[in-house]
Amino acid sequence: MQNENHADQRFQAVVNVLTVLIAVITLYPLIYVLSASISAPAHILSGKVWLWPVDISFDSYRRVFSSANIVIGYRNTILYAAGGTLLNMLMTIMAAYPLSMPDMKGKSFVTVMITFTMFFSGGMIPSYINVKDLGLLDSPLSVILPGAINVTNLLILRNYFVNSVPAGLREAAAIDGCSPLGTLFKIVLPLSKSILIVVTLYYFVGHWNSYFEAMLYLRDQNKYPLQVFLRQILLLSQMGDMSETMGVDDINTTLIYASLKYAIIVVSAVPLLVIYPLVQRFFEKGIMMGAIKG
Amino acid sequence: MNIKRSWHKSLTKYWQLYLLLIPVIAYFILFKYKPMLGIQIAFRNYKLRRGMWGSEWVHLKHFERFFSSYNSWPVIWNTLYLGFLTLLFCFPFPIMLALVFNELKNERMRKTMQTITYAPHFISTIVVVGMLMAMCSPSTGIVNKLLIALGITKDGLYLMGSGRYFRLMYILSGIWKDAGWNAIIFISALAAIDQSLYEAARVDGATRWQQLLHVTLPGILPTVVIMLILESGKVLNIGFEKVYAMQTDLNLNVSEVISTYTYKIGLEKLQYDYATAIGLFNSVISFIMLLAVNTVSKKLTETSLW
Repeated sequence: MQNENHADQRFQAVVNVLTVLIAVITLYPLIYVLSASISAPAHILSGKVWLWPVDISFDSYRRVFSSANIVIGYRNTILYAAGGTLLNMLMTIMAAYPLSMPDMKGKSFVTVMITFTMFFSGGMIPSYINVKDLGLLDSPLSVILPGAINVTNLLILRNYFVNSVPAGLREAAAIDGCSPLGTLFKIVLPLSKSILIVVTLYYFVGHWNSYFEAMLYLRDQNKYPLQVFLRQILLLSQMGDMSETMGVDDINTTLIYASLKYAIIVVSAVPLLVIYPLVQRFFEKGIMMGAIKG
Repeated sequence: MNIKRSWHKSLTKYWQLYLLLIPVIAYFILFKYKPMLGIQIAFRNYKLRRGMWGSEWVHLKHFERFFSSYNSWPVIWNTLYLGFLTLLFCFPFPIMLALVFNELKNERMRKTMQTITYAPHFISTIVVVGMLMAMCSPSTGIVNKLLIALGITKDGLYLMGSGRYFRLMYILSGIWKDAGWNAIIFISALAAIDQSLYEAARVDGATRWQQLLHVTLPGILPTVVIMLILESGKVLNIGFEKVYAMQTDLNLNVSEVISTYTYKIGLEKLQYDYATAIGLFNSVISFIMLLAVNTVSKKLTETSLW
């Protein structure tokens, strides 16, 4: 018995060490970025800032919010994410609800047609040519329409409608003279709030963080979402271009850039990092619904 | 007759739902199936002015060019190599995280750890790569300051600039970003293990380590196998976004993968037909791998995608 207690204590110690290790490794880059964003640039460059901020100053945030490009990008991202997510949810519900009906004719054909696109697609170039032929190049619609339905999310919703909304309730509504659409609004959607929230978040995150479609289809800078500007600022720019993109014409560009880039990172990532813990408790449900087939 | 009647019945009962499906089907035709027709330009000499249907057929010319070009094999190799590395190193971490969290008996502690490890998943690829570049800069980055302080290097490693560390940084940042998020499926599987099995093990005097070995691991093994099979079907599907974001002129020899190569041939050099052929080669091989993996999985575990 004594031995076992020792063994369990050692086990607990290992668990504790791993837990701390996981937390530190995950959090350190986030804390560092936050600290660097409010530290005086010289201390970042010299390595004085390694965990907590040194010489706190909010200058870089002032610069970020006075940069025309960041403001334009932010506005566009909010527009695309809001409009895109609305369209996503509308289309996904319109697809998932009929396909959740047990006895609707033609359902299996449509399901096969839809799921096939998960495994095979035209690919990058034919999709690009398609968007071009539809006349959507450089239109905000080009970043919203091609991804209007994500098949995984569609299956998550359909599986939830099938498995978690009691069939008896639907039948009762139908017997009471409720039309299929009426049942959708009165029974199915209200009972599926948690999964609707998860799928909405998935779509929203997808819009907020994507840059590929915008890079591919948009030409006009005024239509760029935030991520495309971030790519220019964080990945492409040498100090020289930096002054152009951010409107910084100081001789101290290097200094300014040192903390500016961290402030930009914080500003772009904070909205999602604030939202997701609020709906975290629904994540497992979402993943499980995606794993059911049928 | 019977078929007709059942369709009639379904249409009268569900006419509203058929109406709902019309835009959905239109979407899939317009944005998913129509581009599939565009694949034909992989077999044509595509001329903008003659269009997709009017350009002259050249059969397998583009494929022959791809396989005989000295650029192609390194690209295929890079894709496979990075895919296998991802499978090998990124796959085990979510399982480990789920196992550790499962041993945390304090509910609040566990939830907090989950919240923490989900966070990087919500940070965009661009920002993750931006963080890497800023923090790994040889002269000013904190990572190199640390490496110098530890005496590992004397004057900073070009972690992001050179090809030497590209794969390492790709894998490490991948683990950081998604291990927590990918743990969710294993956390769910762990929650489904019958608690009475643990009680029985405790009655038999099993230590917690023994419980982990003999109850927990067998309990999530089916999920692990399924996920492993699914992931191994994706080895060739290295996503475009992160690799492209991490590319510099200096690391192209290891960082050029099929998707980034397709992008450059097609949209930078405007050789639509050749790029489509390369893309088609990639999706056909991926599709075959998925089918193969699915068949194996069906035989071994009676689990399959369809």
